[in-house]
Amino acid sequence: MIYNSNKAKAFRNDAIAKVTGTAKYTDDYTMPQMLHAVPVFAPVASAKIVSINTQEALLQPGIVAVFTANDIPGNVYFGQIIKDYPTLASDRIRSTGDVLALIVANTREHAIAAIPCVKPELQELPAIYDPEAAMLPETLLLHPDHGSNVCNYHCVRTGDIEQGEQDSDIVIEESFVTSRAEHAYLEPESALCYLRPDGVLEVIGSMQHPFSTRRFVASTLGLKLCDVEVKTVPMGGGFGGKDDTAALVCARAALCAYLLKKPVKLTYSREWSMQESYKRHPYTLQYRMGLKSSGKIQFVKVRMVADGGAYCSVTPWVTWRSTVQCCGCYEVPNVHCDVYGVYTNNVFSGAFRGFGSPQVNFSIEQLIEIAANKLGISETELRRINMVKQDSVTITGQKLDTHTVSLQQAMDTVLREVDYKAKLPQCSYGDKQADEWYGIGYAISYRGMSLGAEGTDFNSAIINIQPDGSVLLETGIHENGQGSETAMILILAEELGIPQELIRYRFPSTSNIPDGGTTVASRGTLLGGGATVKAAEIVKQRLCEGVEASMGIKNCQFKDGKVYDVVGHEVADYYTAVKLCYSNQIYPYAFGVFQAPRVSWDEHTGHGDAYFTWVYGCQAVELKVNPQTGQITILNMIAAHDMGKAINPAMLAGQFYGGLTMGAGYGLYEDTPLQDGKPTISNYHNYRVLRSTDLPEMTAIFIQNPDPNSPSKAKGIGEPTLELMAPAIANALYRATGMRFNSLPLAKGVQEYVKGLKK
Amino acid sequence: MIVTVNGTEYPIEPAQGEKILALWLREDLMLTGTKIGCDIGVCGSCTVLLDNKAVRSCKLKLKDAVGKNVVTIEGMVNKDGKLHPIQQAFVDCGAIQCGFCTPGMVLSAYALLLETPNPTREQARQAIKGNLCRCTGYQQIIDAIMCAAEMINIEKEDN
Repeated sequence: MIYNSNKAKAFRNDAIAKVTGTAKYTDDYTMPQMLHAVPVFAPVASAKIVSINTQEALLQPGIVAVFTANDIPGNVYFGQIIKDYPTLASDRIRSTGDVLALIVANTREHAIAAIPCVKPELQELPAIYDPEAAMLPETLLLHPDHGSNVCNYHCVRTGDIEQGEQDSDIVIEESFVTSRAEHAYLEPESALCYLRPDGVLEVIGSMQHPFSTRRFVASTLGLKLCDVEVKTVPMGGGFGGKDDTAALVCARAALCAYLLKKPVKLTYSREWSMQESYKRHPYTLQYRMGLKSSGKIQFVKVRMVADGGAYCSVTPWVTWRSTVQCCGCYEVPNVHCDVYGVYTNNVFSGAFRGFGSPQVNFSIEQLIEIAANKLGISETELRRINMVKQDSVTITGQKLDTHTVSLQQAMDTVLREVDYKAKLPQCSYGDKQADEWYGIGYAISYRGMSLGAEGTDFNSAIINIQPDGSVLLETGIHENGQGSETAMILILAEELGIPQELIRYRFPSTSNIPDGGTTVASRGTLLGGGATVKAAEIVKQRLCEGVEASMGIKNCQFKDGKVYDVVGHEVADYYTAVKLCYSNQIYPYAFGVFQAPRVSWDEHTGHGDAYFTWVYGCQAVELKVNPQTGQITILNMIAAHDMGKAINPAMLAGQFYGGLTMGAGYGLYEDTPLQDGKPTISNYHNYRVLRSTDLPEMTAIFIQNPDPNSPSKAKGIGEPTLELMAPAIANALYRATGMRFNSLPLAKGVQEYVKGLKK
Repeated sequence: MIVTVNGTEYPIEPAQGEKILALWLREDLMLTGTKIGCDIGVCGSCTVLLDNKAVRSCKLKLKDAVGKNVVTIEGMVNKDGKLHPIQQAFVDCGAIQCGFCTPGMVLSAYALLLETPNPTREQARQAIKGNLCRCTGYQQIIDAIMCAAEMINIEKEDN
């Protein structure tokens, strides 16, 4: 189904607040006696800290305090997987994103003015910027306790790689390099913390993961989890980026507030945000692929190295997804895959929408076309021959028989909609006579849903029906701007058969509901929606019990907003059932849990049922290239994804358009060059985010095969929409220019190529 | 010296003139709907109207607004609390995700429609090129601008 904006009227619970300016983001809050903190960054990427002199800074106007790691009452180091990140650098500098001190002042201006007055005494150490060099045994270790600069290693060993080589008629080898993309969320990091009269340290912050933030704060301050309360306010974009860094910003503001017993706000400038915040992992990927002349892939051998930068963050999880999906959405009988996450002194890498799949897709979706070219088979036919189908077995040994495998449906839908066959002959292939070069390209993928075997995967929801029939709902999912609260409201409205206006999503706090894990991995609707359905099942039972107790009957059923007796007669409507519950001392209240179905993983063989369900998608792009300047113009973008069920069509379309756009930006322009480990980007003037005029009209196509593994039948969509545009553009650029570009960002390569032609 | 914001006149001391307009709106008037995303005038989050022209309030000083009319997002809502048709269109068309760019987008759209009541989609696209959005891909924002133009024209006809 093609999304038609004329037919849908959008619904969001926060739309009015956001469109009137009354929505309050963290920096919009202020409190009596509030102080302002700012960070002091490390001047170099690698050094031993001898001392940090704060005396001069303390004498500056308006300065209240300057804190260093020595002032931290709890743990200096924290992290989600490996506790290697210092909230404030204590003994060693490993990155130019390290924060040496926090200056607290009566105004932000005063705090900023004192930054140059904090004087660190340092002994510079050799810095390692190249991941390959970092892995050599003689290289200085970033984290001696870890014993290696290899942060983590994953592998897949399937079949017999030697046999695969022997069975192949052709073998191709290609290397790919991907870029260090910045999230560039519109709202920079911000936190406002204060010690409440009841002794609880309260955190309002621009962060994606309230529970993760609570762990960071509690660890830094040496507090119990129940003594820290993280509240969720509107957040100006995250895309995976407001995880570690944002939690650290909260922990630092919390430290100042805790030590000074006054509210402290720490709001990042765009420059600080780009200097410290983690980026998308840059990868180098070396592929060797063998195929039969019939087109069947015989083997894939691949080695990937991901630059994790100075700290672990979630590198082991990001690289694990790359490992599981290392062959793209294809059946391959013999696989030999090695993936390394590596420590360097570069700005660190972490979670970013896509999470290890964009790098792999960029490579494999070009590789399959290079192979098709060599074999003289069409790229569509070669994909069709090798793609996973219903009941296929993945390279990790998982049988895809628990849901509808709709990869071919997605591909056929997009190719038909974009009229691929008819447009192929118009491609320029670098025609020297042409004034402009035209190209069309596409890419396909499958994506394991939610966390998979990288973590425990469950979530909860609380439904609390009030005596007047209105409902308070909450889940362990965080509103990142994607519309998750609205999705939960819509799911519950359908389950209970009541108008959505009756349901209010409760102001979220970590003290309200159990830790539901992080709102990542496109798991919000899937896990939170699942928990909502489970809680709705329980509350419907309560409503029946209210009616049964009142009428002295048994075995009632709740359906579409009404209670029916055992023979199917309506005995009460929703409001009556609610009243009868309260009059019979039965609370129409439910706590529901959705536990993700079992997954498995063997770290030694790289085998297992990695994810409990998968999504399938295809994206196509048309573009033109100016042969004189190398300028690229996108003419058309189309996406089809199977998300199981469309809960909120307008917001779903928004995920499509936003993902296509961010994917196109990643493909064409986005990169963070480093100078001595420090990002040379500092703001939107030197980091190019796509603007409205860079884009064509886009088409979003929803494929809806309800997923039996999901109680709401819906799956995730946030990340699938982002992970395909870079390879689709690369394939289109090949058909426009006749050249393959194996490095991101692509526009750079195209410009260099065109410049070379003119010489 | 007077600066008019959303119809209210504010007397200004000369010493205040050097304050950044965006900060004055946010800190002194508590009109926090005006957002600061880059602080160098390239992201458009701080867009307000100055005598009906869309401007970057992070690049202006308060003295630049003296004797002029400033409209912020808070000034878009009717006195009876009814949303401006542009705001209603943003809600209806799903043009809002994280919402951080939304106030600036609405004001850029307003400036466009004041000058060009019947824009083409291309004109709408051009009008918001100075406003970055990282969530939506702009498409539903353009839908909203087109829809708002239609709603405003229908309202005019009705009157």
